[in-house]
Amino acid sequence: MKTIKKGLAAAAVLALIAGAANAEPTKIGVITTLSGGGASLGIDARDGFLLALKKANNPDIEVVVEDDQQKPDVAVQIADKMIQSEKVDILTGIIWSNLAMAVVPSAVAQNKFYLSVNAAPSQLAGKGCDKNYFSISYQNDNLHEAAGAYATEADYKKTFIIAPNYPAGKDSLAGFKRYYKGELADEIYTQLGQTDYAAEIAQIKASGADSVFFFLPGGMGISFMKQYAQSGADLPLIGPAFSFDQNILQAVGDAALGVKNTANWSKDIDNAANKAFVEAYLAEYDRLPSIYASYGYDTANLIVSALAKAPVSDADGFRAALESADFDSVRGKFSFGLNHHPIQDIFVREVIKEGDILTNKIVGTALSDRADSYVEECKF
Amino acid sequence: MTATLFFEQLLNGLQFGVMLFLMSAGLTLVFGVMGLINLAHGSLYMIGAFACAAVVAVTGSFILGLVASFIAAAIAGVLIEALVLRRLYQSGHLDQVIVTFALILVFSEGTRYLFGSTPLYLDIPDALAGTVALPLGIEYPLFRLAIIAAGLVVAAGLFFAVNRTRLGIRIRAGEADREMISALGVDISRLYMVVFALGAALAGFAGALVGAIQSVQVGMGEPVLILAFVVIVIGGIGSIGGALIAAILVGITDTMGRILLPQAFALITDAASANAIGSALASMLIYILMALVLVFRPSGFFGQRV
Repeated sequence: MKTIKKGLAAAAVLALIAGAANAEPTKIGVITTLSGGGASLGIDARDGFLLALKKANNPDIEVVVEDDQQKPDVAVQIADKMIQSEKVDILTGIIWSNLAMAVVPSAVAQNKFYLSVNAAPSQLAGKGCDKNYFSISYQNDNLHEAAGAYATEADYKKTFIIAPNYPAGKDSLAGFKRYYKGELADEIYTQLGQTDYAAEIAQIKASGADSVFFFLPGGMGISFMKQYAQSGADLPLIGPAFSFDQNILQAVGDAALGVKNTANWSKDIDNAANKAFVEAYLAEYDRLPSIYASYGYDTANLIVSALAKAPVSDADGFRAALESADFDSVRGKFSFGLNHHPIQDIFVREVIKEGDILTNKIVGTALSDRADSYVEECKF
Repeated sequence: MTATLFFEQLLNGLQFGVMLFLMSAGLTLVFGVMGLINLAHGSLYMIGAFACAAVVAVTGSFILGLVASFIAAAIAGVLIEALVLRRLYQSGHLDQVIVTFALILVFSEGTRYLFGSTPLYLDIPDALAGTVALPLGIEYPLFRLAIIAAGLVVAAGLFFAVNRTRLGIRIRAGEADREMISALGVDISRLYMVVFALGAALAGFAGALVGAIQSVQVGMGEPVLILAFVVIVIGGIGSIGGALIAAILVGITDTMGRILLPQAFALITDAASANAIGSALASMLIYILMALVLVFRPSGFFGQRV
């Protein structure tokens, strides 16, 4: 511990010296989930973020990282501390929408920039949007909308849809229905954190559905897919990328093979930035990057690109630099809409096996240049 | 709803109930005999699941995984009993809650340190994969039937051990009057260690069995812990039979509530709000059940009167 502290102190001193030599350093606060059940998401987002900064090698950027434990009250405390005593200029890192809703409005009200690496609730895209708030990932509904579009295109007529009973679950089913033209076999809400889906699977089998859309993030999706495969049900499954992440797939095993899922990033998107990202991430952390890592990586690169044009102390110039999104996104096409949410392609992926490792392969595009449904409500 | 679906859901409820019993059997034993509130029970459950997943990954044998889960959780149990909990028997429940909560944090982050933060892979053994055709045209997963069987075997074994063996006599005597039994020459601290290790091993065993159909990840024990406490409170603290009956009651109430309530509300309101109201109410149902049981039987079904 002591040596770590010494190392940190030395780094801080070095950063200060470097800062004194150049312009004033830019301080970025990363609030993310590093402990508890949801930690793998936050760890990946952080690792992607730090990897991009390491590659950029800009001595004028300082980063502080803290663990929000997936608790809104803790996230608010950390944000207050970072803003008031550590004087950060930019905040980022939050994974969960409920935490984002607790932190973002007050942070932007204090004239700090907030750049989201994942959570993007509809409230912050519509009426509650802010000129200093940017989402680099998506708007929460996007991947579900794409799943609806895919189900329509695949000519499914009777889809059974299922999500947990909480705000993001309801947004998910609403997003799916926005682009789904067929009829619904049924629509059910499960309990958040539910681990046994035998009853729901029996309902699915008895419903006469021809396909199943599910949004069950984290461990819920793992349990659902294992039990679905074990029950002998064989209707095609569709879901957003969250349940098909590189980390999660290995835990689900072959039960996930062939499942279609929608995502705005995949490790096989063919562009130079993405290839470099996947290689560097694998070399640095000895594991394949997840979608959250890609969001973290893009966010950091966006910041670096904007700082090259204007310092963060020039808020208007820095904001304009962010808006221009002048960086090489690992997603390829990337630009911001008027409400500072991405306009991007959303792909359909299929779970395949590469050797012994389960992974995703892009098989089509569900939505092209998709913005979001709330942009008209946003007035800065 | 057809009769087939109804009976299938009833079977699902029974199966969920037996799963809950497996999770709560160790807890009721420790709480009943030792008077110890062990919030870290869920961590022992997690240790069992991780030990099983790790051993299956290396050896490929689910049986060895189950054995490993039993042993790993028992060892963890003996260690925390000897190092930490032994000092807490005389203190109040609040101290026990605080210390065992700290143990949850230690075990969670310790597990993350050892295994990383991504969920582990653990699948059911090939021999128990697939489904069986039951009467009424129900296709039921074989592994879930195996869980029901395992739960009933554990219940019978515990019932026999507590009521028909010398260890059981001592356990029940310790429950009734711990000063007297130590005055009679029984080594009470050794007895407690055995009981705690047994409770821990049962938690680990349950974690391994249930882990095969769920997600093996850090923090998997905590949601289970809440349900297990509901079960032992309804069943009566310290009663194995009570825990079994309460677990099945909770399992069936929860499962049937999840299915029937949205359909019942659909009769009086439109489908979307029926689903929302029904599923919201269904998630409260077992707590309503617990409150009702406590109104009429304050010490649960088989608890000693206080």
